[in-house]
Parts: sequence; C-alpha cells; structure tokens
Amino acid sequence: MSAGHAEQTIARPLRRRAPRTAVGGVGPLGLGVAMLWLSLIVLLPLAAVLVRALDGGLAGLWDAVTAPSAVAALQFTIVASAIVTLANAVVGTLIAWVLVRDDFRGKGLVDAMIDLPFALPTIVASIVLLALYGPRSPIGIDLFATKPAVVLALLFVTLPFVVRSVQPVLMEADREAEEAAASLGAGNWTIFRRVVLPALVPTLLGGGGLAFARALGEYGSVVLIGGGIPRDTEVSSQYIAKQIETDQPTSAAAVSLTLLLVAFVVLFVLRVGAKRSMRHEVSA
Amino acid sequence: MTLGVRSRLALRAVALGYLLILLLVPLGMILFRTFEDGLVAFWESVTTPASISAIGMSLTIVAIVVPANVIFGIVTALALARGRFPGKGVVQAVVDLPFAVSPVIVGVSLVLLWGVNGWFGGLAEAGFQVIFSLPGMVLATIFVTLPFVVREVEPVLHEIGDEQEQAAATLGASRWQTFWRITLPAIRWGLAYGVVLTVARSLGEFGALTVVAGGVPGESQTLTLLVHARYIDDHNTFGAYSAATVLMGLALVTLLLMTVLNRKREAA
Repeated sequence: MSAGHAEQTIARPLRRRAPRTAVGGVGPLGLGVAMLWLSLIVLLPLAAVLVRALDGGLAGLWDAVTAPSAVAALQFTIVASAIVTLANAVVGTLIAWVLVRDDFRGKGLVDAMIDLPFALPTIVASIVLLALYGPRSPIGIDLFATKPAVVLALLFVTLPFVVRSVQPVLMEADREAEEAAASLGAGNWTIFRRVVLPALVPTLLGGGGLAFARALGEYGSVVLIGGGIPRDTEVSSQYIAKQIETDQPTSAAAVSLTLLLVAFVVLFVLRVGAKRSMRHEVSA
Repeated sequence: MTLGVRSRLALRAVALGYLLILLLVPLGMILFRTFEDGLVAFWESVTTPASISAIGMSLTIVAIVVPANVIFGIVTALALARGRFPGKGVVQAVVDLPFAVSPVIVGVSLVLLWGVNGWFGGLAEAGFQVIFSLPGMVLATIFVTLPFVVREVEPVLHEIGDEQEQAAATLGASRWQTFWRITLPAIRWGLAYGVVLTVARSLGEFGALTVVAGGVPGESQTLTLLVHARYIDDHNTFGAYSAATVLMGLALVTLLLMTVLNRKREAA
C-alpha cells in the first residue's frame, strides 16, 4: 500500500490533495446519487417541517408552541423522558454489571432478552404492557391512561440503550485498578464510586442520551396504554399526530420543530460532556 | 471489586426481577391470552381477509424498502468510507438523523412535502397520490430504516481497507468486477445484519405510518396498524392480541437471526 501511495505521489505530485476516489469507491457519480438519496428521503421532508413551522413567522411559531395543551404535552414528555433516562442509568448499569460480573444458569438467555424491546414493534410493546397492566389486568394493577403507564412504556422501549453501552465497557474495565483499590482497603462502594463509575461516565452519557432521544419521540408504545388525555397523559408525539389529524399542519410542524430541537440540544450537550469526561479520564 | 455472596445475589435478584416485571411476565401474559382459546381461534383470527391483506401490505413494503436501502445504503457507505469530500461530517450526521427523529415527525414531514398542500403537492393533483397510499408508506419506512445498512456496512469497509480492491484494479478488473468479486463478499455479513434490522423495523413501523397511511383495511393497513385498529376501533382485544403475537413471532425470528449473524461476523 505504501509503495502504491508513493508511486501515486511521484506521478501526480500536484494532485495529491485533490479528493481521492479510490478503486472500488463510488466516484463522483456515486457520491451524487448518495447525496440525492439522502436529500430526497431525509432532508427535504425535514426542511418542509422547518419552513411550515415558520409559516406564520416567529410569532406564529411561539403561539403554536405555547398553546396550553402543547406546553402541557411538551412538559410531560420532557419530565417523563428525564425520569426514564435516570432510571435507565441506574437499573441499566446494574443489569449490565450482573450480566458481566455475575454468573448463573440461563445468563445467555437473559442477555439475549435485553434486545427484545428493539426487535419488538412499538405497538406490540403497548399491547403487551396493557395485557398485564391494563383494564383486564389479572393482578389487579390497572395503569391504563395514567402517567405511570407512559413511564412504564418508555422504560420498556428504552431498556437496551444503557445496558448495551455499559456492558462492553465493564468487560474491558481495568480489574487491576479495582484490586489495587481493594488491597489498599477501599470498600466496595468506594471502589464503585471512585474506580468503576468514572470509567462508565462517558458511555452512560452516550447511552442515556440515546434513551432520552428515543423516549422524547416515542409514539407507538405509548399510544394504547397512555390514553392520550390532553393536559394529562398526552405526550408531544400524540399531540403532533392529533394536530395533523385535525388539519392543523402549521401547529404540528411547530411542535415537531421544538421537539427536534430539544432532542438535538440534549444529544449535543451529552456528547460534549462525554468527550470532556473521557479526556478527564485519560489525563487523570 | 469482589462482592460478597449476599450482595451479589441481591443485585442479581433486582436485575432479574426488573426484567421479569417489565418484559417477561407481560410477554407471557399476551401469549397466554392469545392461545387460551386454542390454536384454532388464533388461526381464524389471523387469517381473516383484513388480516391477510395487512400481512400482504407489510410484506409488500418490506419487498420495496429492503432493495432500495441495500442499493443506496451500499453506495452511501462506500462514499463515506472510501471517498474524501468536504462536508463529510455533515453527511454522517444526516445518515444518523432518522434515529433521532420521532416517527410521528417523520410522518408529518412527509405530509408536508408530498401531501396535497405540500411542496410536491402537484403530484397528488396530477393523480399520483403519495400520502394515504403505498408510496407514502414506503417513503416513511425508508426514512426510518435508512441508517441500518449504512451503519452496518461502513465500519466493515473501513476494516477491510482497499488493498484488495487496489490489487484487483491493478490486475485489470473493472469497477463492477471489483465490487462483485471483492467488496460484496467482504461486506456480506455486515450487509445481512443491516438487512435483518431493516426488515424488523419495516414490519414494526407504526408511528410514521399512522400519519401517512389511510389505514383502510385491505388497502393501506399494515399488520401494526391492524393491531391498533382492532384494539381501538373494533374493540376486538383478542384479535389485537393474535395479530400482535404474529409480530412477536417475527421479532423472535429477527433476534435469532441477529445472534447467528453476529457469530458469523465475529468469525469472519
């Protein structure tokens, strides 16, 4: 490879910095096709949301977003997503720890089960939870159309994010540092707090961010069990769907834009946070 | 960190208990409800005309979405892995965008673009209806599944490097020959994994479809929309459970394939 590279450099010294299209690559035509595809499928539709949301200017956007039920839905969505993210950070880490450090019969099966919420259609998640925690509950717990039901549904669909991001980090974690800490007399709690947890922070922020973004936009798993009662159990995605159904596309676009912005800001902040703590970890 | 037996058992109990309450018992419950009246009742419920046409609709969407995502996904992955061009970081972000966008917003965005009053509304007026019919449902499904193939294939392309491709080209192979003989065999397991994820997500998509599909039985109703319609509109709880069980079965097959392909990939 280095020989070929050198040869190329000698042959065309002036074009060294020109965009290289390697053999087996797709060339300018392929690049154009890919860009067109991404634009047509993803960018143009989202651009249409942006333009429609600003249809009535910033004042119109503000009015649409600050309508009482829009605010209530947005507030509930953000609070529920935050609760779910925190719960996932704690329980997800715990489950990952058990899967990596503990050993028991059927562990492989439990490990495979973690991915189930990703494989299961969201509407199935909704109906599955309703079967146990709905009006026909065999154990007498009817959460239908309550806020805890929404949180439960969100916990179900976001389960894999933290577990699957913490697991590999725990596998590669430095056991020697833990043993050293133990031999110096540190208790388990201190070791976890001072040795294990700092190594997990970047991945927790990453996995937590994904769980939060997912919870923020979740629709299918919430729609049946949440009931969608305005200003109570209605989440923003349900509010948006309702606005489109009642032919108020500008309002739907405005709330969509807000929800997207919240997701991006949170993902961005967490990514910066993760990078910082990673650097801190390296320099420490 | 070595825990005492008692705290290890306590942690294990909490972890397994959580999974039991959240996943296992609800899943068991729905299976019980589906089959408590016997297999015949289940079979009759999933072979009604509406149900069969919903299954057909879901499969039709998969049959269009998968090839589209495979072709354009490979092209995009190749462009990202092998090409050098300005704004590559932005393109990477755009590929991941569908993961961060709510399915409902996907639906809304398609209505605003392709609907009668949308930017491309002229198409609808000319008689080519996108929203409330198959093209809209396909577009919505492609949107939400777009990252899978790219994200599974691109890392493999990075890993294998382009030495073999260079060698093939030196020996006189054309671009197509190089792709078919060198690149494709190298990425096959990653590609297969991406396809499995795409199929699973396509069969399971609901939020985006509720917005862009008319949900007319026999015309624009997929399996997931059928589950919803049976539960909400028809108050046919049993029918909803049995349709959900079919989807659950498909999800289990997906999970199985994912595990098998993961092993193949790691062995490769």
